[in-house]
Amino acid sequence: MSSNIFSAKKISKFFGHGKKTVCAVNEVSFDIADGEIVSIVGGSGCGKSVLAKIMLGLYKPNGGEFLYKGKPITNTRDHWNEVQSVFQDPFGCFNQFFSIRAQLKDAFGILKNKPSKQEIEQRVDEALLAVNVKPADIEGKYPFELSGGQMQRMLLARIFALKPKVLIADEPTSMVDACVRANILDYLMKLKVELGMTIIFITHDIGLAYYVSDRIFIMHDAKIVEAGDPAEVTQNPQSPHTIKLLEDIPDINREWIKK
Amino acid sequence: MADILEVKDLSLHYLTRFGQKVHAVTNVSFTMKQGEILGIAGESGCGKSTLVNGLMGLFIPPLYPTGGDVLVSGESLMNRTPEDVRLNVLSQKVSMIPQGAFNALNPTRKIKDIALDVIAAHSASKKLNEKEVYARLRERFDLFGMETERILNSYPIQLTAGERQRSVIGISTLLNPKVVIADEPTSALDVTTQKVVIKMIFDLLERNIFSTMIFITHELPLLRHVAHNIAIMYAGEFVECGTSTQVVHDPRHPYTKALMGAMLSADAGQKDRKPTTIEGAPPSLAKTITGCRFAERCPNARVCEFKHKNQSMRMVGERLVRCDYVE
Repeated sequence: MSSNIFSAKKISKFFGHGKKTVCAVNEVSFDIADGEIVSIVGGSGCGKSVLAKIMLGLYKPNGGEFLYKGKPITNTRDHWNEVQSVFQDPFGCFNQFFSIRAQLKDAFGILKNKPSKQEIEQRVDEALLAVNVKPADIEGKYPFELSGGQMQRMLLARIFALKPKVLIADEPTSMVDACVRANILDYLMKLKVELGMTIIFITHDIGLAYYVSDRIFIMHDAKIVEAGDPAEVTQNPQSPHTIKLLEDIPDINREWIKK
Repeated sequence: MADILEVKDLSLHYLTRFGQKVHAVTNVSFTMKQGEILGIAGESGCGKSTLVNGLMGLFIPPLYPTGGDVLVSGESLMNRTPEDVRLNVLSQKVSMIPQGAFNALNPTRKIKDIALDVIAAHSASKKLNEKEVYARLRERFDLFGMETERILNSYPIQLTAGERQRSVIGISTLLNPKVVIADEPTSALDVTTQKVVIKMIFDLLERNIFSTMIFITHELPLLRHVAHNIAIMYAGEFVECGTSTQVVHDPRHPYTKALMGAMLSADAGQKDRKPTTIEGAPPSLAKTITGCRFAERCPNARVCEFKHKNQSMRMVGERLVRCDYVE
């Protein structure tokens, strides 16, 4: 049991009360082992992001039991020392009043053993190169001077600099093009092997999920409707929701929409 | 048929705080006929969104035109005051569907009020008949089979992402613009919603509400289904222009090839295929670049004898490619 990074037993999360109750996560159970890459795939509004926030300790589930390494999350600061995330909206993640580089360096403040100043500079440089950005290009730049894709890469650079044990990536590559995405995934896989990182991808891109993950969870309407091996799920989908998700991908060799 | 949009050697630059010029778009030329859909793809920061601003004649500092001209049905959009652009160009000649629908809508106003604002801002006549606008809005929204009353009377936060994006499209095309520029209209949506939004755009095209569109995205497979022609942009320049089948199924420029090779797909046996990656980053646009812009990352660079020469667009098998090396 202890080798499980996350284990969830029938967790639920409700918002609002009375008649207006919205159920975002409905009695979901899963285990995520150490060093595993799991993708949670689903349409918007299916509760993926809420699940991610539960994993980060930002939300407490209303029901059920959620454990990180066998213990419930109590001190979030300690939790974030090991568990880090890439959020969905890159524009909302940086303080507009500080330069990007200063904020990337500030990120090290969350670590218990803060590296030396020199090492911080070096790690930030390395991380920037990993996301295809020359450090000189963002020198002295402020968040509003970058495009959406560049901001998203900055968020990833933060992860690459911090090197956390567990990464929760909520739509990490939705705004970057295929080449950069391939580069980022490459580097992420390298880090994964190097550090034995556990990665949880939250995405609606089933192609990405298929490529990176060891296991795929398909979520629909607050529930996990299908879970299993990526090849099994994509080649032989059981749930109608999975079939719909697969059908809606624009594929270059298939008729997608009638003109 | 006459060209509806003509772009001649358009170059744009940003002026930074330190007086440095960043040449975001260099010598972009293309023409569009009535009824054509052009897709523009390229990596983030390559100048796609800057080009959009240029095409609307919207030069808000720090963005300045360096040279070139944009003509919409024969009329130039350059050298206009922002006031003039707002009254006579936006929404009527050229309209834009912005990138993030959520940031484009005022969170404190209802959808119908936002629409009213948009109409008021872009029409020359001072007086506006509210009822008339609402009626028109209802008619337009009914066309798409949306729940008109509920959507028009709600605040942006009460709508789902797909509904928001569709409202934005509805509002931006209300004045029947000649050219619509869609800047990543679906990149923040999931695949199912994306399909709904694209269907709505096709619906609008079918009903002749607008006919000419520039569709900007970084997703090539999507462009294959949406656009007639595709232009690939790299470091502020177009590097390949051709029909969508040509570009997607038979890319010639090494950058386009890399883009296609990096696609991820959920098809059988694709898991073991490693997507191609290209090392390095695009050149900094703050300096003058001589020679091929892609040379640093090009797989052919070692054997290419043209890399120190500025590359220009040339015909390669019925399409334009900015590479002297490829056959």
